[in-house]
Amino acid sequence: MSAAINWFWFASPQTFFPLAGRIARACWVLAALLALAGLYVGFFVAPTDAQQGEAYRIIFIHVPAAWMSMFLYVVMALWAALGLAFNTRLSSMMASAIAPTGALFTFLALWTGALWGRPTWGAYWVWDARLTSELILLFLYLGFMALQAAIDDPRRADRAGALLAIVGVVNVPIIYYSVVWWNTLHQGASVSLTRAPSMAATMLAGMLLMVLAFWLYSIAASLTRLRCIIRERE
Amino acid sequence: MIAAARCILRRDLLLALRRRGDVATALLFFVIVASLFPLGVGAEPEQLRAIAPGVIWVAALLSSLLSLARLFADDHADGTLEQMLLGAAPLGVIVAAKLLAHWLVAGLPLVAIAPLLALQYGLPAPLYGTLALSLLLGTPVLSLIGAIGAALTLGLRGGGVLLALLVLPLYVPVLVFGAGSLDMAAAGLAPQGQLQLLAALLVVSAAFAPWAIAAALRISTE
Amino acid sequence: MLEAAGLQSARQGRQLFKDLGFALRGGELLRVAGENGSGKTTLLKILCGLLAPDAGEVRWQGTPIRELREDYSRNLVYLGHAPAVKGDLTAAENLGVACTMAGLQASPPAIEEALARYGLPPGVPLRKLSQGQRRRAALARLPLSAAVPLWLLDEPFAALDAAAARLTEALIAEHVARGNAVVYTTHQEAAIGAAVQRVVALG
Repeated sequence: MSAAINWFWFASPQTFFPLAGRIARACWVLAALLALAGLYVGFFVAPTDAQQGEAYRIIFIHVPAAWMSMFLYVVMALWAALGLAFNTRLSSMMASAIAPTGALFTFLALWTGALWGRPTWGAYWVWDARLTSELILLFLYLGFMALQAAIDDPRRADRAGALLAIVGVVNVPIIYYSVVWWNTLHQGASVSLTRAPSMAATMLAGMLLMVLAFWLYSIAASLTRLRCIIRERE
Repeated sequence: MIAAARCILRRDLLLALRRRGDVATALLFFVIVASLFPLGVGAEPEQLRAIAPGVIWVAALLSSLLSLARLFADDHADGTLEQMLLGAAPLGVIVAAKLLAHWLVAGLPLVAIAPLLALQYGLPAPLYGTLALSLLLGTPVLSLIGAIGAALTLGLRGGGVLLALLVLPLYVPVLVFGAGSLDMAAAGLAPQGQLQLLAALLVVSAAFAPWAIAAALRISTE
Repeated sequence: MLEAAGLQSARQGRQLFKDLGFALRGGELLRVAGENGSGKTTLLKILCGLLAPDAGEVRWQGTPIRELREDYSRNLVYLGHAPAVKGDLTAAENLGVACTMAGLQASPPAIEEALARYGLPPGVPLRKLSQGQRRRAALARLPLSAAVPLWLLDEPFAALDAAAARLTEALIAEHVARGNAVVYTTHQEAAIGAAVQRVVALG
């Protein structure tokens, strides 16, 4: 992501390996710090919500996780597309490295969504548009990972995954729109976890801190995984 | 180019004709799946009428997956796929012809049989038209999108299940608009919007999917 | 006509060949020799454009085949290991499909004649015929491909009886004599009378 400028110089997996390690280490530390800050703000500083009480605080994890899951899918598809278009191994490896982290955030979003739903709406799972879309996004991530796992030849795995990711990324808006429509058809506006409490400044700060923390975590985790992939393949 | 497309279309239809058993199996699957639900949820007429659109559509999805798994596998195994890759016509055109043949044999019959299932579920007769039209528009989209998955998973272990995992999330819009159009009609509202969306999906996928499938075939055979 | 330069390929972690090159002109016959598993089929597939080499390129009339796509495949006949035929279709139907797909105009009498040369019944579904007969049904494309400048044949003599093998040899020799190019693989010694014969040995 931020390595776009360095890309041309470090397009060789061997050259990028040590740099990836240095960036990853820095990001782990920053991520941990920001996460602590964000959680502190979210759980202790931000005011109690009038309607939902303390339980709403889970959104400090739920919403950033959901945003990251969608953001990472697009980034993953971008790297995969680059790998397919320019035939660069490192780009494809980056896409494969991002996938599990993206899936993790999707799962986290679903899980925290369930935890939020229980005290708020009385049920662990509600079929609202956002949660249902997250569930489908999880399947898209798992499909990508499963396809790459099923193919022995790394070159075919990279290119097949890239095609799948591109088809997926194009379909995601269509899927989301269809799920939103489906939700309004069947449930009306009764249940919606997306109606978060109106944002006080501290709440916004807390969310942003968590988003940054998750983003840096993603970079760190992906780069670390990338190093493993490079070591495995080269 | 047209000659090659017509040739493949004829060939696949001829092959399907001589292997009628395979075709019948997929259709039978459609009927069996749809017949299982009442056994699972109970035969209460109100309930059946309510779940009918969803059940018929899900059964259609699963049936199409079943027939798609074999779409390229046979050609890949006996070497004819290679010849198509080396053909004088662009691969996208050949793929489109194959898909048309596949839909005529595996998709169109679903449209024909669906009213029988609708009868089983007590769906009121005025909805049959919407049912047929939604399936007519939706089943080609299922073939087009599913074929991308079939091309990507060519020759892989765990083929059929992997294909399902890849393709079912992409089927969601078709399912939602297809079954949704019936729900709208059942509620007395006009299903035009959803049918138009299905038509739009059909046009877009017909334009782009053959090239994605051709690319996937090249990736899978290199 | 056909040039290969710096071809390199590895399959399943094994290096098959490295820095392989040759130049084939019209009227020349190229035999790719090597034992089973030495990469003959891989090389042939790279020459058709079905596989991409790890390094190097193949050129047809000076242009890389990657850029030519259909313009290149129109100029070649590739017969691979598997007889690319459908068991449920008859020999005549299979040949008809193969010709149309290759962009060749083949009239029904011409198809019947080609099948007759190889001693094949035109109206029987191929799954009822033997392995050798199915191979011959695939080879029956050769008499109809006189106008195609490049033939790439993978083990054309495998599972053939003496008469069919002689016929195939004669067809190849005729084709080369007319100024075209033929590349074929075999792990046997073959006796084809052609003016210029080259050998690429793998493994």
